Amino acid sequence: MPARRIIPCLDVRDGRVVKGIRFRDHRDVGDIVEHAERYAAEGADELVFYDITASAEGRSLDPSWVRRIARVIDIPFAVAGGIRSRDDAARCLDAGADKVSINSPALERPALISTLARDFGSQCVVLGIDSLRREGDYVVKQYTGDVATTRDAGRGTLDWVREATERGAGEIVLNCIAEDGVRTGYDIAHTKAVIAATTVPVIASGGAGAPDHFRDAFEAGASGALAATVFHDRLIGIQDLKEYLGACGMEVRR
Amino acid sequence: MKLAIVDIGCGNIGAISIAFERLGLDPIVSSDAATIQSADRVILPGVGAAGHAMEQIRWRGLFFVLRGLKQPVLGICLGMQLMFEASEEAGVHCLGIIPGRVTKLEPAPGRPVPHMGWSRLDVSDPGTGLKTGDYVYFAHSYACTDGPHSVATAVHGRAIPAAVRKDNFVGAQFHPERSGDAGARFLKAFLDP
Repeated sequence: MPARRIIPCLDVRDGRVVKGIRFRDHRDVGDIVEHAERYAAEGADELVFYDITASAEGRSLDPSWVRRIARVIDIPFAVAGGIRSRDDAARCLDAGADKVSINSPALERPALISTLARDFGSQCVVLGIDSLRREGDYVVKQYTGDVATTRDAGRGTLDWVREATERGAGEIVLNCIAEDGVRTGYDIAHTKAVIAATTVPVIASGGAGAPDHFRDAFEAGASGALAATVFHDRLIGIQDLKEYLGACGMEVRR
Repeated sequence: MKLAIVDIGCGNIGAISIAFERLGLDPIVSSDAATIQSADRVILPGVGAAGHAMEQIRWRGLFFVLRGLKQPVLGICLGMQLMFEASEEAGVHCLGIIPGRVTKLEPAPGRPVPHMGWSRLDVSDPGTGLKTGDYVYFAHSYACTDGPHSVATAVHGRAIPAAVRKDNFVGAQFHPERSGDAGARFLKAFLDP
């Protein structure tokens, strides 16, 4: 296993970075390029940029900000938001993104995963899943960018993970919705269940509030841990976090 | 310096062009044989499937052009794999410049595939600009067999050639354009050996 990855996630709206609590009440936290540069300099291993309203508004993300980011950083980054066709993905990759992350459009048309994996390789195709614990099971939610449009996708999370892996998804970002933005820790049981259902890397997402939350996710087998609030609000420094994880005996890139 | 990036119609040309722009170069993206042959340095990029990439190379009439290049050539990720003899991926024959094959990485508990993320290098040739202990970024499901042409290796279940060199041909399984300072050192060493 490579070094455990620390992945700041930047939610993007109109080319600006925003952050919400439980997917609501988004506030502007700054310029996208400034954030990208800052995180790369601080030792982030990878970045993810989500255009949070693209899918709900039925459009693809704007490649112009993808190119602005690609110019300034020398670490990998994934982009997400309304990528619903081979051409949408090609535009993002041509603009300099390393991976595309798909979520709602893959639920609408699972063959999209197969197409992207065939044409660009599995290592370019990340499947984002918004998953909710419900009555001892895990279910997939869709169109989560806006609370008014969020709905059940009609799928169990573990079945969806298996199907997506079969179709060629190269990585899973598991976002446990109930925990998002509330900083009480990743949902470890949930994350473990998904790791057991797939052979591809799984990135834990949703709920990070303290360094030991990251340790817990990595001990559970996550390849990476994604967080937004704690990094945007400077509650945790990435270098400090890596020192802590190193002291816990985990391999991190420093 | 004239730098040509071979356009085989797939993948990460955007990110690679930008990395060289950061080093002050103005790369030309081309599939024209004369343009490639007259460049001072040639980059063979590629992400995606080996079968599709080899079809594109043949279809663009570049099979013998690429094999015959005398200037320094750098294959990145799939571009490096294409320099080997054959790939298990769809059983395809590759350029046959470097001895060895490309085989699938097998996942195991605690060792997912694709091999995705930053892995530590063991470096046997400091001329690569890399040093032992550097972390570089990988994203691949197939890997070349380790052999005498490996100049840097990483481990993901087995030893993976991270960088190879044979005569004027250099390969990187990792992504130097996305590997921070270590990646930039590697690219500079390729440009100015």
